[in-house]
Amino acid sequence: MTAISRDEVAHLARLARIEMTDSELDHLASEMDVILGAVARVQEVAGQDVPPTSHPLALANVFRDDVVIPSLTPEEALSGAPAKADQRFKVPQILGDAE
Amino acid sequence: MIRNSAAAMADALSKKEITSVELTQLHLDRIDAVDSQVHAFLHVDREGALSQAAAVDAKRAAGEKLSPLAGVPLALKDVMTQKGIPTTAGSKILEGWRPPYDSTVVTNLKANGIVILGKTNMDEFAMGSSTENSAYGTTHNPWDLDRIPGGSGGGSAASLAAFQAPLAIGTDTGGSIRQPAAVTGTVGVKPTYGGVSRYGLIAFSSSLDQAGPCARTVLDAALLHEAIAGYDKKDSTSINAPVPAVVAAAKKLDVKGLKIGVVKELSGDGYQAGVKSRFDEALQELVSAGAEIVEVSCPNFEYALAAYYLIAPSEASSNLARFDSMRYGIRVGDDGSAGAEEVMRMTREVGFGKEVKRRIILGTYALSSGYYDAYYGSAQKVRTLIVQDFAKAFAHADVLVSPTCPTTAFKIGEKSNDPLAMYLNDIATIPVNMAGIGGMSLPVGLSPDDGLPVGFQIMSAAMKDDLMYQVGGTLEAALLSKWGAPILTNAPELAAK
Repeated sequence: MTAISRDEVAHLARLARIEMTDSELDHLASEMDVILGAVARVQEVAGQDVPPTSHPLALANVFRDDVVIPSLTPEEALSGAPAKADQRFKVPQILGDAE
Repeated sequence: MIRNSAAAMADALSKKEITSVELTQLHLDRIDAVDSQVHAFLHVDREGALSQAAAVDAKRAAGEKLSPLAGVPLALKDVMTQKGIPTTAGSKILEGWRPPYDSTVVTNLKANGIVILGKTNMDEFAMGSSTENSAYGTTHNPWDLDRIPGGSGGGSAASLAAFQAPLAIGTDTGGSIRQPAAVTGTVGVKPTYGGVSRYGLIAFSSSLDQAGPCARTVLDAALLHEAIAGYDKKDSTSINAPVPAVVAAAKKLDVKGLKIGVVKELSGDGYQAGVKSRFDEALQELVSAGAEIVEVSCPNFEYALAAYYLIAPSEASSNLARFDSMRYGIRVGDDGSAGAEEVMRMTREVGFGKEVKRRIILGTYALSSGYYDAYYGSAQKVRTLIVQDFAKAFAHADVLVSPTCPTTAFKIGEKSNDPLAMYLNDIATIPVNMAGIGGMSLPVGLSPDDGLPVGFQIMSAAMKDDLMYQVGGTLEAALLSKWGAPILTNAPELAAK
């Protein structure tokens, strides 16, 4: 039985915003099948009575006073931007025709 | 001088037998001579290193009180941000990026006067066990240039074994400090989760990632550990408690009365015979030094690898969503007609390598509705079982031990087309990350079957990092007196090219 189909991998790639060629999809679908077969073992011992652990430490929210502290200047924050304009990140069209 | 320990270099600096500028130049010369063969570095910051060194020398000349490692050079894994210095995490998607801020580890290194030579090679986003997944070429193991230096921190470990740096920083999500240490005959420590700040560490799997020291001796690792560790308000998972006294522990050289637990499940099938024999001999050294050996059983460890390869990719698929070509990193296909989502997809296709894509897809699957409970949810339950196994084991022993890896360094290319075989390298190191405890690897000799270094893993309970340094320091001293010289004297001489 295959755990995952090529179409499912294509769907996941769309969700993850990664363009993939047909040959990449073929290859990955067969690899994913093998990997999922191996990792599915976790189900053998994951009984109803076992609580999940998401994190090694008991986490608590960390608060601080709402005061201004030194941070990046706009120039620094934009220093790695692929495109910028008027102290802002310049991005391709997000609404409309292009999908 | 470059073959000395960092502690000996620090001593020579404090006695003014050498300046930091001279010491830094010696290492830069060594990098120039051998890095075309080893390829440990992605970027060498000659000017910056020499100016940091000159600043330390000036402070020393002025009689200022300096930190123990002030003026000693270090190699920084390329997953740590350093202001103004190219930082890629081994990925093409960050090619050319110069971070506008320092990670807390770098802030701490600078505050201690430790000189940063440059950035070391790694598997892309720390995903791998061989550095073969770097977008910038593979690092070669100084013991045999045809073999892998481990991963993901292969560049950091190789730089130590090739005497390009006496200290390095690594990060360990499933073994990325300890496995490279094991296969290069060096020392690597994953501190307790939360012991060293993750601020400025480019995230792979946030609940597992931990930065730590890499060195050639246990004491050097301890000195570096104390320099970088401690509470940081910029990391909400940072532990607000005193740093364990690891330097004092490394100097104790005494294990009388300590109970050492051998993990039954981390041996046997799949472990190379030479690895097993060196491991057993090291145990005998600890017995001779007065430790008591007990066997402990951690039955759920056999599920750790499977759980890890669900949890880490799940967290990675979320963490790596930030590489969207909008704010930093490369952008591909922005021709004015393509929309943002299309540009994102094209950029991520070009910017991410095969293993990273594999893990993002796997993680996206494990987190998707309908599969979440069966995969990610089950893996989280296994994590609980592993934490419980450790708790039971530590009720019987002060530290736990195992071989660090099942085998010595394998050949470059040998496992690169078989992800599952590659994942098996981390079988003994992964449980430590799942539980957030401390782990160390130190060399315990050369495997008789291939003459390559074997690593010995010591695990200690959360915030008891000092115990693994105590045991590691004692074992190292016992082995050194038996061998007469450090293990790296057996590594082949690298000819300058």
